[in-house]
Amino acid sequence: METVAEITPPRTHYLNATYGVKSWLLTTDHKRIALLYLASVTFFFFLGGLFAAGIRIELLTPQGDFVQAETYNRMFTMHGVVMIFLFLIPAIPAVLGNFLVPLMIGARDLAFPRINLLSWYIYTVGALFAVLAILFGGVDTGWTFYTPYSSTYSNGNVILTGLGVFVVGFSSILTGLNFIVTIHTMRAPGLTWFRLPLFIWAHYATSLIMILGTPVIAVTILLLALERLAHVGIFDPALGGDPVLFQHLFWFYSHPAVYIMVLPAMGVISELIANMSRKRIFGYKFVAFASLAIAAFGFLVWGHHMFVSTQSVYAGMVFSFLSYAVAIPSAVKVFNWTATLYKGSISYDTPMLYAFGFIGFFIIGGMTGLFLAALGVDVHVHDTYFVVAHFHYIMVGGTIMGYLGGLHYWWPKITGRLYSEAWARFAALVIFVGFNLTFFPQFLLGYMGMPRRYYAYPPEFQVLNVMSSAGASILGVGYLIPVIYLIWSMRYGPHAPANPWGAAGLEWRTSSPPPTLNFEQVPVVTWEAYEFGDPSENAESRMENRG
Amino acid sequence: MAESHITTHAGLAHHFDDIEQQREAGTLGMWAFLVTEVMFFGGLFLAYILYRSKYPVEFAVASNSLNVTMGFINTLVLICSSLTMALAVYCSQIGKRRPLIVFLLLTMALGTTFLVIKGVEYHEKFVEHHIPVRFPTYEFKWEGHATEGVPVHGESSASVDSGRIEMFFFIYFAMTGVHALHMIIGLGILTTLVLMARRGRFTPEYHSPVELSGLYWHFVDIVWIFLFPLLYLVGAHLH
Repeated sequence: METVAEITPPRTHYLNATYGVKSWLLTTDHKRIALLYLASVTFFFFLGGLFAAGIRIELLTPQGDFVQAETYNRMFTMHGVVMIFLFLIPAIPAVLGNFLVPLMIGARDLAFPRINLLSWYIYTVGALFAVLAILFGGVDTGWTFYTPYSSTYSNGNVILTGLGVFVVGFSSILTGLNFIVTIHTMRAPGLTWFRLPLFIWAHYATSLIMILGTPVIAVTILLLALERLAHVGIFDPALGGDPVLFQHLFWFYSHPAVYIMVLPAMGVISELIANMSRKRIFGYKFVAFASLAIAAFGFLVWGHHMFVSTQSVYAGMVFSFLSYAVAIPSAVKVFNWTATLYKGSISYDTPMLYAFGFIGFFIIGGMTGLFLAALGVDVHVHDTYFVVAHFHYIMVGGTIMGYLGGLHYWWPKITGRLYSEAWARFAALVIFVGFNLTFFPQFLLGYMGMPRRYYAYPPEFQVLNVMSSAGASILGVGYLIPVIYLIWSMRYGPHAPANPWGAAGLEWRTSSPPPTLNFEQVPVVTWEAYEFGDPSENAESRMENRG
Repeated sequence: MAESHITTHAGLAHHFDDIEQQREAGTLGMWAFLVTEVMFFGGLFLAYILYRSKYPVEFAVASNSLNVTMGFINTLVLICSSLTMALAVYCSQIGKRRPLIVFLLLTMALGTTFLVIKGVEYHEKFVEHHIPVRFPTYEFKWEGHATEGVPVHGESSASVDSGRIEMFFFIYFAMTGVHALHMIIGLGILTTLVLMARRGRFTPEYHSPVELSGLYWHFVDIVWIFLFPLLYLVGAHLH
C-alpha cells in the first residue's frame, strides 16, 4: 500500500451526507444498503461459526459426550442453513456487489434503489424466521431438508426454517434482478460490455443463476411446507409421493447456488490479480465468458448429488460427464489468473494474499470435485467427510477468501480509511494455516470412510479429528482479528486516498468514500478494462479526486 | 448530477439520465421478474407432469370431478380482462385519462369475477371433502361419485387409489391457489394504478407503471390458459 501523507477526505460523502438511524434504515443509497448487509451477514457468519464450534468440540472425542445425538443433528443443520442461506449466498453480491456494481459502471445507483432496500428488509425478515426457529429448538434435517424425513418424521421446526429460506430467497432474486437491469441499462457512456471489469461479468452470471434458480427452491419449500401441514404425500413415498422429486427440485437450485457463492468470489479474484500485478488480465474474454459458461453448465449438473438415489445409470453418466465439463471454464479462470501474474509487477499486500489463498484452495476443492463427479469414486466417498472437505474448500476456501480479499481491497473505498497492513497480513496467514489444518484432515477421514453427520466415530479417527478441531480454533481466531482491526480502522485508521492501490477501474476515480451520487461528473470511458499503460493517468486522477 | 441540465420530469427518478433510460430499465426488470415467475410455476408444472404420467387413471378421474363449465367461464373472463388491460395500456399511451380509469376498473371487475367464481368452486370442493388435508375436524374423502364414464382403458373405477386422487387435488389447489394469489396481488396493483391515474400521474411520456402492470397481468392470465386444460380437461376426451 502506498503511503500518501496528508490526505484530506472529501467534505461530504455518502457516510456523512445525512445522520440518524432513520437515514440508514430508509436509505436508498446502494452504498449504505451494502453496509446494512455487511452488518447482517457478519452477524450470521459468527452465529453459523458458533454452531461449527459446537460440532468441532463434539468431534474431539470418539464418544458422543459434549451434546446428545439430537442436539448434534440440530447443530450441523443450523450451521449449514445459517452459513449458506444467510451468509455465503448474500455475502459477496449483497455487500461488495451492492457497493461496487454502480461505482464500477459509472452509475449513480442501482436501477431500482427502493427494491434494493426492500431486498435487505426481506432478508432481515427471513433471517428472523430462521433465528426464531433456532430459539424454538432448531431443526435437525440437515440443510438439504431431504424428504420424507423433513416432511413427515422430523420434529424440528422445519416449516419455520423453510419459511426463512423461502423469504430470504426473494431478497436474493431482487438483488439479482437489480444487477441484471443495472448492468444492461446504466453503464457510463463508452463503457461497452468488453470494457467492463470482470467483477461485473461475474456478478452478471451470478444474477442469472439467482433469478433462474431461486424461484425453484421457493416453490419446492412451499410444497414441502404444504405437505407437512396437510399430511398429503407429494414427496412422501408412504403416501404415494416421490422423494427423489424433492431431490431433483432441491438440487436444481442448490447446485447452481454453489456457483452463486463462488462466481462473485471469482470476480473479486480477477480484480485483485489484475490490479495487484499491474497487468491486464490474460485472456479477458475467456475469463468473462467462463463466468457465463459456469452459470450455464451449473444448471445441468444437479444429478451428481443423486448418483446413489435411484437415479438411472444412464442419467448418472450424463450428469457425470456434464460435471466434468464445468471444470473447463473453471480451469480457464485459474490458468488465466496465473498467466496474468507472469511478468506482472506483483505487490504482496493483504488482498493479494487472499487471492493467492483462493487460487490454491480452489484448485484443491475443484480437483476433488472431479473425484466426486466420477461415478465409481462417488459411490465410495458419498456422504463422507471427503464431500464435506471438498465443499468447504470451495465455500470457505473459495468464497470466504474472496470475500475477505475483496473486503480488504475495497475497505479504503468503503470507509475512506486504511487498516493496519501488518495485522491484516498476520490475520490472512492465520486463516490460511487454520483453514488447511481444519479441512485437509477431513479429506483423509472421508477417504478412510468416516461418514458425515455422525456425532460419534471409531477411535482410530480421533487423531485427524483433533487436528481438524485444532485447526478450527485457529481459523476462528483468524476470523476475529480482522473484525477488530477493521472496526478500529473506521475510527483511528489514516485517511485513504481516492486510489490507494494505483488500481484501474471507475470506482477508484471517485473520492474515498464516494459522494452519495458516486461521481461528481458522469465519467466517459475511453479506455479498456485494466489499462495500466499510462501510469501518469492514475496519478492524475488521484490528484483530481482528492479535493 | 444530470438532473440540472436535462428537462426534468415528475416521474423521473434521481439516478436515471432520462425518462427513456428509466423506461428501458423498468421494462427489462419486469421481464426478468416474469422469468422468475416462470421458474416458480415451473416447479409446480414439473410435479404435475411427473404424477400425471405416473398415475394417469387417477388424474383423469379426479379431473373429471372438476366443474368444467366454471373453469371455461373463468377462462373467458380472464381473456376479456387481458383485452381491457391492453386497452388501458393503450389509453395511457395516448394520454386519455378517463378511459384509462374505466378500463382499469373493468379489468379489476373481471379479475374479481374470476376470483368469485374460483371461490364458488373451492367451496364446492370443500363441501365434497375434496380439500386434501387430514385434520381431526376435516378430512379428504373420495367416494368415487364422479367416476361415471371413466372406466379408463378397461380399468374399473374400483381400482382407483384415493391417495393418488388426493395428490391430484393437492396439485390442483397448490397451482390454482398460487395463481389466485397472483390475481389478488394484481388487483392490488390495479387499485394503485387507478389512484395514480385519478391524480393525473400518467402522461404519454410517462406511463410505464401501467405498461409494466399490464405485462404482469397478461402473464397471470397466460398461466391460467395453461392451467385450465391441464387441470380440467385431462379426462374430457374419454367421454
